[in-house]
Amino acid sequence: MQKKRSMALEKCPTGIQGLDEITQGGLPVGRPTLVCGSAGCGKTLLAMEFMVRGAIKYNEPGVFMAFEENAEELTKNVASLGFDLNDLVKKKKLLVDYVYIDRSEIEETGAYDLEGLFVRLDHAIRAVGAKRVVLDTIESLFAELPNPNILRAELRRLFRWLKEKGVTVIVTGEKGEGTLTRHGLEEYVADCVISLDHRVVEQISTRRLRIIKYRGTVHGTNEYPFLIDETGFSVLPITSIGLNHKAPSERICTGIPRLDSMLGGKGYYRGSSILVSGTAGTGKTTLAIHLVNDACKRGERCLYLASEESEHQIIRNARSIGIDLAPWVKKGLLRFNVTRPTYYGLEMHLVTVNKLIKEFHPAVVVIDPITGLTNIGTLDEVKAMLMRLIDLLKYHNITTLCTSLTHGGDHLEQTEVAVTSLMDTWLLIRNIEYNGERTRGLYVLKSRGMAHSNQIREFLITNKGIDLTDVYVGQGMVLTGAARRVQEMTEQAEGASRREELRRVKRELERKRVLMEAKINEIRADHASAEEKLVSSMKEQELKEQVLASERVVIAGMRKADVSSGKPGKGIGRNSRRAR
Amino acid sequence: MSPTAKTRKSPGRSTKQKAASEEWHLKLYVAGQTTKSLTAFANLKKICEEHLKGKYDIEVIDLLKNPQLAKGDQILALPTLVRKLPVPIRKIIGDLSNTERVLVGLDLQPAPKEVQP
Repeated sequence: MQKKRSMALEKCPTGIQGLDEITQGGLPVGRPTLVCGSAGCGKTLLAMEFMVRGAIKYNEPGVFMAFEENAEELTKNVASLGFDLNDLVKKKKLLVDYVYIDRSEIEETGAYDLEGLFVRLDHAIRAVGAKRVVLDTIESLFAELPNPNILRAELRRLFRWLKEKGVTVIVTGEKGEGTLTRHGLEEYVADCVISLDHRVVEQISTRRLRIIKYRGTVHGTNEYPFLIDETGFSVLPITSIGLNHKAPSERICTGIPRLDSMLGGKGYYRGSSILVSGTAGTGKTTLAIHLVNDACKRGERCLYLASEESEHQIIRNARSIGIDLAPWVKKGLLRFNVTRPTYYGLEMHLVTVNKLIKEFHPAVVVIDPITGLTNIGTLDEVKAMLMRLIDLLKYHNITTLCTSLTHGGDHLEQTEVAVTSLMDTWLLIRNIEYNGERTRGLYVLKSRGMAHSNQIREFLITNKGIDLTDVYVGQGMVLTGAARRVQEMTEQAEGASRREELRRVKRELERKRVLMEAKINEIRADHASAEEKLVSSMKEQELKEQVLASERVVIAGMRKADVSSGKPGKGIGRNSRRAR
Repeated sequence: MSPTAKTRKSPGRSTKQKAASEEWHLKLYVAGQTTKSLTAFANLKKICEEHLKGKYDIEVIDLLKNPQLAKGDQILALPTLVRKLPVPIRKIIGDLSNTERVLVGLDLQPAPKEVQP
């Protein structure tokens, strides 16, 4: 399971969630590791889990040498974490040896050594063939044995002896003042030191783990939060994941067709993170419900992390917009996890989500709202936690929708927890107040890697779900709601009358054109008749002249006139010339 | 300094007829024949002969041979002398070279240290 690095140092996987990732494989094989921390920080549990996981998962039997609790107490204590020590003991995979000395019973009468401890340990190791040994807390011997000098010398010998044995050892030690352990165990165990811490800040406790030193290997150096819950110990090395998650180009539907088209026509990217911010009552949850419903329809699993409404309330409210989530819950496609943010610390939230993801394998996660978390930590902490959470979800390729409540007075394009830079898609729903009416407008503020719409859409919550309509944009203003309707109707009416007017003008013009053409025809007809008249009168004239000429010849003949007669001769001469 | 290899040695059997409460049952835990274990046995024998003559019973347990026995009496330091009887159980660690402390530890010398300033 663990990737073994080709390094000189061999590592022994602890099987503890996350610890192997930080240590890059586990604890150093055949060497002692010191686990130190103050009382109640989980030293014994870490050691016990190392033992139990080793026995179950890696088939490496172990010896647990307890100096503080007896076997029975230990069994009971870890039973609540799901470990059955009795069973392991029966199977000879684990041996618990309780070492106890009562100071009052003991009288020191001369030179002694701790060979008895060696003998016992040796016997136990042989009995189960142990590969792992835990000494919890060997320092208590300092309180029980009178001579610390002997003890120190013997401890040094013990660790050397254990190294020779080749067993991987966890030694626990109580934190001292200014030192890692009360009696300076770190002097003897110098290969790997892990420090556990349990801090309470603003009434909320956080457990943290840090590897102080690990000889011969690289390791995560941060303080990592860890948890102890009913399945044991888990460390969250989420900051060590890094930004190397895959970015699939697959798209998933938003559940609202119009929103899909706003987001380049196809919806969100799978595995992306979506932030829906808006003031109270703008329909953020409704938007989330759409996504969930659509994903469930496709048969994908959804995890709904609610912190303000109960499961039933969400289901009931979803019904009011015509979406029934109950069947999905019944089918096991939808799971609600409802917890008050203040119920436990940030880290616990993170781990809970982590666990749910590992258990349920959702394709879509809704966090409604993320702003609830600000109650339980400082802004920086919340931001760091959300960053890890989002990284985690992205790592698992889960589409995440977070809602974020913006307070009325705040700048809208800003969320309470400054996480917007982590988000791939940011939808902003805002109230638009105009003329005594409140309507909602939805923008896509950003959406990485897609050509999204820059326009505002009116966001309507109907009994059939969310509907997005175009807002009125024109004449230098943006109108929504009733104002938009009024404006649209006014415009419609105006348009109609304008069109009517135009039609009228057109008709008039047509009429005029007809008239004009009629006139032209008339003139043309007049002209034609005049021409005709002229031609006919010319013909008549010619005819007349011909007749006249011929008559003159006849008369002249009759009068026997000669050509050179007086006055009329001129005319006669001309005429006669023409006649000739 | 020879008989430490024996697991059981009871030189005072003859005085067994004394009252049961007066019977001393002592166990000496050692690991092999080291200098410390041999010294311890010798010291113990000397003290017993001196103070408990005839009413004691010493059992020497070599943990190298019987390591499983260490658990029962919660043996850690070696050598350890355990007074099983009379009750209550007392444990004395070390090679028993400080006779005075051994006597106090065995309740043979009723806390002389406390009286002395």
